[in-house]
Amino acid sequence: MTHNEIHVDSIEVTTVINGHEVLLCIDPSLRLIDVLRDKLELTGTKEGCGEGECGSCAVLMNGLPVNSCLVPAFQIQNCTIETIEIVDPGLLQPLLKSGAAQCGACTPGVVMTGEWIVRNPDVLDNGNIRELMAGNLCRCTGYDGIINGMQDRINQDLPGGIE
Amino acid sequence: MDRIEGMNKLTGQEMYLSDTPMADALWVMTVRSPAPRGQITGIKFANSINWNQFIIVDYRDIPGHNEVRLIALDQPVLASDYVRHIHEPVLLIAHRDRNYLRHAVNSITISVDEDEPIFDYRVQPAASQIQYNNDNCFRDISITKGDTNAVWGSAAHIVDGIYETGPQEHVYLETNGVEAYVDNGVVTVRGSMQCPYYVLNALMHSLNCKETDVRVIQTPTGGGFGGKEDVPSMLAIHVALVAINSGQRVRMLYDRDEDIAATTKRHPCQVYHQTALDREGIIIARKIDILMDGGAYVTLSPVVLSRGILHAVGPYRCENVSINGRTMLTNTVPFGAFRGFGAPQTLFACERHIDRIAKSIGMDPIELRCKNYIKQGETTSTGQMIRDNVNLENILDKAIMHSEYYKKHEEYIEHNKNNTWIKKGIGVASIYHGSGFTGSGERELKSKVRVVGLNNGDIEVRTSNTEIGQGLLTVFTQIASERLCVNPSSVKIISPDTHKVPNSGPTVASRSVMVVGHLIERACDALMAKIVQCKSDKIVSTTRAIIHWHTLNPDEVLDGIAVYQTPPGISWDDKKYKGDAYSAYAWATYVAEVEIDMRTFRTQVIDFTAIQEIGKVINETLAKGQIQGGVVQGIGWALYEQCKYNNGAMQNCSLADYTVPTSDDVPSICVSFLEEPYAYGAQGAKGIGELPMDGPAPAIANAIAHALDVEPNTIPLTPERVMDLMNHDS
Repeated sequence: MTHNEIHVDSIEVTTVINGHEVLLCIDPSLRLIDVLRDKLELTGTKEGCGEGECGSCAVLMNGLPVNSCLVPAFQIQNCTIETIEIVDPGLLQPLLKSGAAQCGACTPGVVMTGEWIVRNPDVLDNGNIRELMAGNLCRCTGYDGIINGMQDRINQDLPGGIE
Repeated sequence: MDRIEGMNKLTGQEMYLSDTPMADALWVMTVRSPAPRGQITGIKFANSINWNQFIIVDYRDIPGHNEVRLIALDQPVLASDYVRHIHEPVLLIAHRDRNYLRHAVNSITISVDEDEPIFDYRVQPAASQIQYNNDNCFRDISITKGDTNAVWGSAAHIVDGIYETGPQEHVYLETNGVEAYVDNGVVTVRGSMQCPYYVLNALMHSLNCKETDVRVIQTPTGGGFGGKEDVPSMLAIHVALVAINSGQRVRMLYDRDEDIAATTKRHPCQVYHQTALDREGIIIARKIDILMDGGAYVTLSPVVLSRGILHAVGPYRCENVSINGRTMLTNTVPFGAFRGFGAPQTLFACERHIDRIAKSIGMDPIELRCKNYIKQGETTSTGQMIRDNVNLENILDKAIMHSEYYKKHEEYIEHNKNNTWIKKGIGVASIYHGSGFTGSGERELKSKVRVVGLNNGDIEVRTSNTEIGQGLLTVFTQIASERLCVNPSSVKIISPDTHKVPNSGPTVASRSVMVVGHLIERACDALMAKIVQCKSDKIVSTTRAIIHWHTLNPDEVLDGIAVYQTPPGISWDDKKYKGDAYSAYAWATYVAEVEIDMRTFRTQVIDFTAIQEIGKVINETLAKGQIQGGVVQGIGWALYEQCKYNNGAMQNCSLADYTVPTSDDVPSICVSFLEEPYAYGAQGAKGIGELPMDGPAPAIANAIAHALDVEPNTIPLTPERVMDLMNHDS
């Protein structure tokens, strides 16, 4: 049996991005971040390092935070992708007040990881906010602004918290 | 007041350069030297690529000077026949497909007939390694005060020590990026930068054109920390050359590995301290030798050395001082501006040395500091009299109290006796930082600010200072709105564009709020003077007075302009290095607590207290953010961030291998401010941004010394280094 070299320029991927079902015809070598930023013009997701270290490009994939620079686009077949463009504004006000954003380049990724924690407060049983946010590098804030904003948002959901 | 652009950043809507559409623009990449030093003997283009599809630019395409204009003119825009460091730019190539372009860059081979490089700035260069003047020294500076030798013999104690600090990478989360196009004959460059007028001057010099023929526009900038002070000038010339050559819009965006490998770092530094003290522990004389690694070209090294020297004695009085500093050439990527600009290096040495002295003479390091703190009316190493009220003991007391220093100091000694695997320690550092440009720098900059009152009553503030994350837009808005008594929403800070804003100087050296902010206040006053006759019993608000002025003066421009004036009594002699080195200083004491795991030798900061006097806090959230962020960068420099070099090239050019602190590596940073308003700073403010870079490293090293009874005099204190200390000292 002989192997013929087959070169695939484009594949079809069906996925749900920010609540919309989309059919993408894309180069299989693209990364999810390229699809979001270059093909769909969702530039809210930022690229910081391109190797999964900084977390700037974090998005939610089936509800879990992933670094979109490490996800080959073909893997999003039948997945749900949520980006910063549809994030719940409820988290943003506490983060603004606490000084969570300075230069802003890491911020969308920080917000997406934060959103995952807010939606799944049970994860705090396995680690505190500092531990859970350790995948998002920030070079400006020293993290206090981020951690305090997150804590303020989480406190709102506690019994007796202010909503 | 909340950060003005905060919501845009939180929602990802802020449009950084890489977020703006490429349309039909070309990507540009740099082809770099593979060797640290030598003659370029050939450039080979691989046959596998059709090079006709590419725009290729070399040094012959530079219409003006092949020099990146800054302090010296030694750094080429593109190497012509000789290279002095690895990754030095040689060619620019452009193509529409970025991935194909990446592949093409790797298909060009530059051959270099290598000469003997020099990599260690601490060793005397051999004759064959001399490349600058006759000794490879970019700059030497000396300060002499009193007569050290005359009192040396009378000292009760003489303590010496050698201290070393390593390079540090900025790791701004947005890498360097610029784009260029020719718009009606005007070469326009947009990009991520701190200093648009530096870029403009560099473009004029290399493109051989007038100011009106070039235009520089800052795009939202994802962090700078000094890394976008001088570096963007070179990138801007690069894209401008390709735009002119191709007639197309072109963009260059460094990949992370390229940004780390090819751009500046904090200067490595070695400091040798000799200190003479009397029987009471009063410092009577100090001799300090400072050596810095400048890398292959001068860039900002002379001024970094200058600031390093001017902070070398720390916040202490001393009548007899002799300081010598040199910055040396090595065949390494040039070192450049990084938050603190030489001061963190020399303050590390100073504050580590103070603890060593204390140990050596058997005195409490806190007491030693208190005995020697400089006070109002006393003079610095350059003979500058401290005119403003400064109470370093008060700052120290607050830091000691906040951190429970003495209680923990004793507790940790007990703890360490009873615990084999986890050792704890606590350490202090007292620091100061001169705000604004050094010496005559501000006078020479002649910064200018313009405030315009529009016919709808709104205010425009025009400066060339850049929002790079520090909160400048918000604080400038507060300064202008409070000075004019108008609603902050009616104040607009015009985004830096050299066709729209005057040159108010660079966004560096903790000068924006103190110096430029004060100019905004004065420009506001000038505007108010023009509308004062429009105010009446009926028209009391500034906004209505501005609108009324425009009805009285249709088609005229209402503005206020302010140009920098040296505060009274400030003078500086650059030849003798005497006088008022800075018009104001911010002061601080930091306390660090550490825990060291003796199985891995990893150090973790478990608590940190930062008390500082900064003149006036204009925006507490932003000011706290500056301190907390700076402290965490300082923790990184002290413990985790190490640049590893081989043959002049950094080897760990990724965020996996160059490790900056994560949220889980650092504690909450406890911050508190004291205020002694400075008469010539906006609302009384002094500089703040660099101070928190100065204190953490010595406080942490002193805490490790306390925990392990070792002499941690070299940073970063990586596990390997702590292990060596334990092996050598036990």
